[in-house]
Amino acid sequence: MNINYLASLIAVIVLFLLVYVGVEAAGLRYFFGVLLPYLAVIIFIIGFVKKIVGWAKTPVPFRIPTTCGQQETLSWIKPAKIDNPTTGSGVFVRMLLEILCFRSLFRNTKMELREGDKLSYEWEKWLWLFALAFHYSFLTVLLRHLRFFLEPVPGCVKFLESIDGFLQIGLPGIMISGIILLAALLFLLLRRILIPQIKYISLASDYFPLFLIIGIAITGILMRYFTRVDIAGIKELTIGLVTFHPTVPDGGIGGLFYVHLFFVSVLIAYFPFSKLMHLGGIFMSPTRNLTTDTRATRHINPWNYDVKVHTYEEYEEEFREKMIGAGLPVEKES
Amino acid sequence: MSEPRPDELIRKMEHKPHQKGWMDTPVNIRKGMYCYASNPKSVEYLGLPNARAWNPLDVDWKLPPDWQEIIHKGFRERLDKFRSFKIFMDVCVRCGACADKCHFFIGTGDPKNMPVLRAELLRSVYRNDFTIAGKILGKIAGAREMTIDVLKEWWYYLFQCTECRRCSVFCPYGIDTAEITIMGRELLNLLGLNIDWIATPVANCYRTGNHLGIQPHAYKDMLDFFVEDIEEVTGVKVEPSFNRKGADILFITPSGDVFADPGTYTAMGYLILFHYLKDMGLDITWSTYASEGGNFGFFTSHETMKRLNKKMYAEAKRLGVKWILGGECGHMWRVINQYMDTMNGPADFLEAPVSPITGTKFENARSTKMVHIAEFMADLIKHKKLKLDPSRNDHLKVTYHDSCNPARGMGILEEPRYVINNVCNHFYEMPSNTIREQTFCCGSGAGLNAGENIELRMAGGFPRANAVKHVHQKYGVNMLACICAVDRAALPPLMDYWVPEVGVTGLTELVANALIVPGEAERTTDLRGEELQGKEEAEDA
Ligand code: SF4
Ligand code: SF4
Repeated sequence: MNINYLASLIAVIVLFLLVYVGVEAAGLRYFFGVLLPYLAVIIFIIGFVKKIVGWAKTPVPFRIPTTCGQQETLSWIKPAKIDNPTTGSGVFVRMLLEILCFRSLFRNTKMELREGDKLSYEWEKWLWLFALAFHYSFLTVLLRHLRFFLEPVPGCVKFLESIDGFLQIGLPGIMISGIILLAALLFLLLRRILIPQIKYISLASDYFPLFLIIGIAITGILMRYFTRVDIAGIKELTIGLVTFHPTVPDGGIGGLFYVHLFFVSVLIAYFPFSKLMHLGGIFMSPTRNLTTDTRATRHINPWNYDVKVHTYEEYEEEFREKMIGAGLPVEKES
Repeated sequence: MSEPRPDELIRKMEHKPHQKGWMDTPVNIRKGMYCYASNPKSVEYLGLPNARAWNPLDVDWKLPPDWQEIIHKGFRERLDKFRSFKIFMDVCVRCGACADKCHFFIGTGDPKNMPVLRAELLRSVYRNDFTIAGKILGKIAGAREMTIDVLKEWWYYLFQCTECRRCSVFCPYGIDTAEITIMGRELLNLLGLNIDWIATPVANCYRTGNHLGIQPHAYKDMLDFFVEDIEEVTGVKVEPSFNRKGADILFITPSGDVFADPGTYTAMGYLILFHYLKDMGLDITWSTYASEGGNFGFFTSHETMKRLNKKMYAEAKRLGVKWILGGECGHMWRVINQYMDTMNGPADFLEAPVSPITGTKFENARSTKMVHIAEFMADLIKHKKLKLDPSRNDHLKVTYHDSCNPARGMGILEEPRYVINNVCNHFYEMPSNTIREQTFCCGSGAGLNAGENIELRMAGGFPRANAVKHVHQKYGVNMLACICAVDRAALPPLMDYWVPEVGVTGLTELVANALIVPGEAERTTDLRGEELQGKEEAEDA
């Protein structure tokens, strides 16, 4: 047993018990339904902004993009405008591909030693595919949830739902995003547990968000397909939250919803202090978001300072005799 | 100590990590895998901290009493100064995409050579010292305190990274473990924990202008030897000039090529090329003061890099040249391309580089004012300014190794290939996952080209050698071309070890072999004195 995923799993179970008992036994509906969500959002906003501002305030002393293609040099050599971008628009496309398509991850290969001594590198698309599936399905689910916060429900959200539910099986109709989300989460979790190298590098803080989001997904799916929850009551609460007139409808909503909401609150509050901040970091990574025209345009280092150097004069002073002897020109003859 | 045989080394490459967690697996500093400690004289000469004799195998590393405080403060300072460092400390998701991209992990199987884990060595301390989660949750949050064992682990693994940046190509957030290694080595240097293969070249370079400590008269002597050798092979007498004021162009190249085979043939190539171009209007000088293109300061700290690099512009200014031409070198070009102008510019006393032979304006170098010899030669060939006989390289079946820094810190990929294709008739690429931006390191970069860590070097160079072996077996490749002086020193033993029968050459050597110099005698050998194909039979008949 691995302490890291065990600890994370236990943490999520404890959280579950906390809210379930808190709501069902102690009746802390207002606490879990209103106070904690507000608190989580406040922590999220402050934490997120602080982190981003902290990064943004830190100087970029050198322009160190990783060049992943031909540089722009002689006019007749075709430069890689996106992978080695010398212009802002090149960088923009590079970043767009990185953020929307996970381009670098797409390059992923798997190394193997074959026939005893032959190295091979095979294209490894699964991590890329499931990472993409996870992020996009999560985004879809998130956007779908706007229906709980907006009245009337905007057309685009309804449209998204109709695409998401295109399979039209069952009643209520199956939303494909939820299924993909859960499948992708399981993939990401299993690879951490089953691939020895990945298991070796994984920390509790890698498992925790996975378990937490799995918890969110499962409670969501349970509510939608398996138990009867009071949708109107839930919407009353969520609308109340966003309009700053929080109310907790009496009864009906059920513990499951509070678990769902609590998990989401924990995730939001945890976000700025965790690796999940890659959401912000990806935009600011200096190996990706800078132009590579470093020999054509001077980059300024705000804290550049003078250093002690060994000057030519000092050099000549030490070697003058020898230089003269060898017929090398000197500044001073003696 | 006898190094392991290739088959023994392969057997060691189990890529299965230990059962115990990495934080609970203490570092084992093993012979053959580490470089000797810095010589105190070299550290002192540079005025860097804590100069003293020490031995990595000793328990006591003779650290200053407040070393933890020094590391903590140094860490803080770098987090505040480098956005790269801060973001890379924060955003890694441990997806593992970088894990099997590192030649040291592939070649040693040591899990701490996975780039992500190399970075975690620092990140764990970062969490402990600078993050809320780490402070509250400790080990569960992946945090650990800075202890002497952690410090030793840093040292061992930060000098098992060649700062090649291959990992950063694959990371979804562009996390560059080389950058983290650079920061880590800076911190280690605050405690005087450098390796001698870096510290002494740096001190040499500071004093004599080059890593090898070649004094000015000796530098000239060495080039004069080449002049004689060239005359023997070609019948032409070349006349290089040194420290000459008023020349149009200053030429700077790594001193390694002046010093040892096979780099020497590349140096001879420069001399022949410049001689050839002289009548066409090339007015170029060498310098004994700026007699080093490379910059081992880069492997020490940003400040040391700047101190050494400063000479290039200073000498260009003193001599009053218009621009600088740079020779074949890897990390030298990362420094020039991404650091020099920022650190020691603006070079407003120079002019935007224009080729005196073709009139081509090197727009891409208009601010730095420094042009790469491969760019320069590609331009010459494109304009048909070089009379070439590629058949003089027919005894060679050539493949090309993209050196890490020019590939991933610059992107000079096509120029050398264009040149090779024009001076050689037999050129074969290695598999696509091992060249261009995905190229594999020679295993000896970033100052690790020592003798005592030969096992590490052979293991780290395994992926590169393996790809060479592939084209060697498939096409009979017998020559590995590169544009890096460290490669020219590091790859020959690597080839001997993994793929005997493959030699190593610089680009300019190939050019000089093919170049038909006016007034030359008929060549029967290449620059190395090896018989040219067709010539033996002709002589026999
Ligand atoms: S690829 Fe990047 S995010 Fe993934 S483990 Fe490596 S450094 Fe971390
Ligand atoms: S920079 Fe190169 S040597 Fe260092 S960790 Fe990354 S791949 Fe390995």
